[in-house]
Amino acid sequence: MAGFLDRLLGRETKSAQQAKERLKLVLVHDRTDIAPGVLEVLKDDLIAAISRHIEIDPSAVRIEMTQEGREQRLIADIPLRPVRRRRVT
Amino acid sequence: MTGKVVTVTSGKGGVGKTTATANVGAALAQFGDKVVCIDADIGLRNLDVVLGLENRIVYDLVDVVEGRCRLRQAMIRDKRLPELYLIPAAQTRDKSAVSPSDMVRLCDELRPEFDWIMIDSPAGIERGFRNAIAPADVVLVVTNPEVSAVRDADRIIGLIESEEKGPARLVVNRIKPDMVRRGDMLAVEDVLELLAIELVGMIPDDEMVLTSSNRGTPVALDGKSKAGQAFRNIARRLRGEDVPFLSMDNEGGFLGKLVRRIRAGGD
Repeated sequence: MAGFLDRLLGRETKSAQQAKERLKLVLVHDRTDIAPGVLEVLKDDLIAAISRHIEIDPSAVRIEMTQEGREQRLIADIPLRPVRRRRVT
Repeated sequence: MTGKVVTVTSGKGGVGKTTATANVGAALAQFGDKVVCIDADIGLRNLDVVLGLENRIVYDLVDVVEGRCRLRQAMIRDKRLPELYLIPAAQTRDKSAVSPSDMVRLCDELRPEFDWIMIDSPAGIERGFRNAIAPADVVLVVTNPEVSAVRDADRIIGLIESEEKGPARLVVNRIKPDMVRRGDMLAVEDVLELLAIELVGMIPDDEMVLTSSNRGTPVALDGKSKAGQAFRNIARRLRGEDVPFLSMDNEGGFLGKLVRRIRAGGD
C-alpha cells in the first residue's frame, strides 16, 4: 500500500528521471571520449599539483563535466583552506 | 527548380527512419510539391514496401550508379500521388556499391526536376550513412524517447556537425503520452535538453502507422491518424510554414487530472 501511495503521489524516483540523469552522464563521456575513470585520475593529479603551491582540502574537490547546448565544459571546484592566523599576544 | 535534399537518419535501427521518409515525402507530394524518395539502405531495402511500390521495381539505385539504366528508368511513380517517385535500393548488393560522390552526382541530376529529394539512410555510422548525408541540405534525425535511441542520436548529431551538414533537426517518434504523464517515458522536452538541437516533429505512438504499412499506404495520407497529422506538420515546417506542435497530452480523464493535481500540490 505504501508503495502504491508513493507511486500515486509521485514520491518515488520516476524511471524517466533516471533515464535523463543517466543519459546526461553518458552523453558527456560519449561526446568528449573521456572515460569515467579518467576524471578520477585527473582529479588526483590536479590535487597533487595545486597542493604543491596552496593548501586545499582534497576531500572537498569536485571535478565535473557540464553541458551548455552541445558544448562540454570541465568544471573544477576547489575550496581553499582558510589560513589559520596565529593570535598575536 | 532547385530541389532540396533531405536526409533522414538516426544511428539506431528501428526507430522509424523509413516510416518518416515515406510519410514526410508523401505529405510533401500531397501538398503539390514534386518529390523523389531514395532508399539508400542497399542490401536491406524497405522504403518500397512501406510506400506499397515493391511490385513495380525493375531497376534500382545501383543500376543507375553503374550505368545499367538511365535515371528516369529507375524512378517508380506512385499512382496515388502523381508527384511522388521512388528510387529503390538494390537488395543483393552492399553499401560499398555506391560512394558519397555518386550520391552527390545523382542528387545534382535530380535537383532541377524536383522540389524535394528525400533520402532514407541506413542505420549505423559507416559507409551507408556517409552515402546518405553526403548530398544533404537538411538532415532529420529520428529518435525514440528511450536511452539507447537518444544516445545513438547524439552520436549521429556529432557526426553530422563534423561533416558540416548541420544543423540537424530532431524528430521524436513513438511518444506514448500516458507513459510520459506517469513519468515513465522521457518527455520531448527532456530529449531536447539532452540533445540540444532544433525540434521539427513529435510523433505519437499510433497503431495506424502499422496498419498503414501493412497496406503500403503512408499514414500521412490518412486524415484521421494523429501520427499522420504529425508527419504532415513536419512536411509543412520543411516548406517554411510556422506550425504549432501537437499537444501530446489528451488529459487522461477525471482520475488523471485528480492525480496530477495531488502531485502538483505534494511536491
